Amino acid sequence: MSVFVDKDTRVLVQGITGRDGLFHALSMKEYGTEVAGGVTPGKGGQKVEGFPVFDSMEEAVRKTGANTSVIFVPERFASDAIVEAADAGVGLVVCITEGLPVKDMLQVVSYLERKGTKLIGPNCPGVISPGKSKVGILPGHIFREGNVGVVSRSGTLTYELVSHVTNAGLGQSTCVGIGGDPIIGSNFLDVLKMFAEDAETEAVVLVGEIGGSDEEEAARFIKDELGKPAVAFIAGRTAPKGKRMGHAGAIISGSSGTAEDKVAALSAAGIPVAAEPAEIAGLLKEKV
Amino acid sequence: MKLLEYQAKEFFFRAGIPVPREKLVLSPKEALSAAGELGLPCVLKAQVGVGGRGKAGGVKLAKTEGEVKAHAGNIIGMDIKGEKVERLLCSEAVDIAEEYYTSITNDRANRALVLMVSPAGGVDIEQVASETPERILKLQIDPLMGLQAYQQRRAGAFLSEAKDVRKQIAAIIGKLYWMYVCNDLSLAEINPLVVTGEGKVIALDAKVIVDDNAMFRHPDFADYRILSEDEAVEHEAKGKGLSYIKLSGKVGCIVNGAGLAMATMDLIKRYGGEPANFLDVGGSSSPEKMLSAIDYVTSDKNVRSIFVNIFGGITRCDDIARGLLAATKDNPLPVPVVVRLTGTNEDEARELLEGTSFIPATDMADGAKKAIEAAGDG
Repeated sequence: MSVFVDKDTRVLVQGITGRDGLFHALSMKEYGTEVAGGVTPGKGGQKVEGFPVFDSMEEAVRKTGANTSVIFVPERFASDAIVEAADAGVGLVVCITEGLPVKDMLQVVSYLERKGTKLIGPNCPGVISPGKSKVGILPGHIFREGNVGVVSRSGTLTYELVSHVTNAGLGQSTCVGIGGDPIIGSNFLDVLKMFAEDAETEAVVLVGEIGGSDEEEAARFIKDELGKPAVAFIAGRTAPKGKRMGHAGAIISGSSGTAEDKVAALSAAGIPVAAEPAEIAGLLKEKV
Repeated sequence: MKLLEYQAKEFFFRAGIPVPREKLVLSPKEALSAAGELGLPCVLKAQVGVGGRGKAGGVKLAKTEGEVKAHAGNIIGMDIKGEKVERLLCSEAVDIAEEYYTSITNDRANRALVLMVSPAGGVDIEQVASETPERILKLQIDPLMGLQAYQQRRAGAFLSEAKDVRKQIAAIIGKLYWMYVCNDLSLAEINPLVVTGEGKVIALDAKVIVDDNAMFRHPDFADYRILSEDEAVEHEAKGKGLSYIKLSGKVGCIVNGAGLAMATMDLIKRYGGEPANFLDVGGSSSPEKMLSAIDYVTSDKNVRSIFVNIFGGITRCDDIARGLLAATKDNPLPVPVVVRLTGTNEDEARELLEGTSFIPATDMADGAKKAIEAAGDG
């Protein structure tokens, strides 16, 4: 068992004829993920690097039996791509694209809930279950199989933390980058609930940042319901108020969403918070 | 993108929300002629992006022509929290009987919109929320269903006893909602929404923020963009694919990824230094991007050293090393640059940078310490 993806994951790449889409289709395939093909409207019937290209998700799912999609299309087409994937019947959509309008995302998230389709992102690096499958842009070589679940709002910061965990001899069950936008499909709580159920996950690393109150909610869940040890890291202790720190969702609005509040909420729930990335492995080892 | 009051009022006017008769002026002379048109007394309001302009003396009532000239002269050019006043809104004076608060914004936690109203208008809503939360009514708006008529009625009833006033409020909230949705806003706020002596409900102030991610749907909104000096630099950097925010320390930062960039700033602070900026170069680190990143960071005269922190992941470190070398081939570096490269081909990258003036770092903590030391910070 793993979270979101496993050996049965069959992926379609939406935007496969683009530079990033094709590069990561190959990189996912190289990692061992089953990439069934891709979709680019108007370019159906071609093959790129051996991957069949379809005009629509409906056709692609019908002909390949894929159950997952990963999205690399430009931001103005991305919310449409998510809905097209859900309507075509895939169970999981991973949206790498960033910069989607908030209004669209509010509607998309609400619609996908009704359809029963899971969404990771937008503005995320994707998900990996080491040794099984990777859907997204995460660098496979820094991960190793194991029992630590990682959930993060960031990309490269996740890699930084994972590399410390791996170097300390601890592997990962699943690592999910949930994305840096204010409105995302799966938030900390959704992923933590899955980690709670997942037999392969024995401990959790949570990587948060300023903005919103997702970490506070996560702290409550970890304390009351997770039933597994967890450690955390929070980025943005030195971020100024009212500025968007790269991620659309990383902003301290008024006096809410500060790193201090999040660190305090986690600490109060008994979750050790690393003061710097290098500390994460040590804290984790004390717990497992 | 945050609009100034007079711009937000244009949105209100187009949406059919009643606003006072007003004119934008740029000089005391223009203020005089505007006051002549609108009649006396009138209110002169500084047009700035920061809050708290009233307390800073940026809003004045003028009863005579002499006062119009004097106040306009004082306010134009005034410094309000670091922002210089260039524009003044000259507004007809309104006889205020009641002051309310009304807003629509995104509710991140509930993934919905939220309508907020309060009879405690004219003051900071965060203060009302912390001191008298029972005086705020919050109604969640389903993003697929939209605002419902009963919600409009309920908001009106929460604010006023008077039947006619309730009706006017409900209608204004309906218009505010459509304005919010059609223009891709992330905030539409009326504070205060007032009832005049004659029982008419009008929006005395207006705050509007447009979702930057939706600007592609509204190319005409680009004309509304008025930027402070710092914001202009940030906006220009964004056009080059860089997220740059200037801060006040000595250690410049160039990092790939927003989360890692924040964590890098935090680490510099933790080891006793002060970060000079936030800078995320994003996914691809082409030589051109590295060059403009170095340009931005070194244009800040406080910067004494730079820490380049790259977790390569899929990006090849040798590419970044070549980028750094190309970027600095013709111009010697004005300050010491510490480089940490991790990821694919990192050994090759280290060899490429050997014997150059770049200072190598083994990991993030080592890099932060070396950059602080090179800056003579801490």
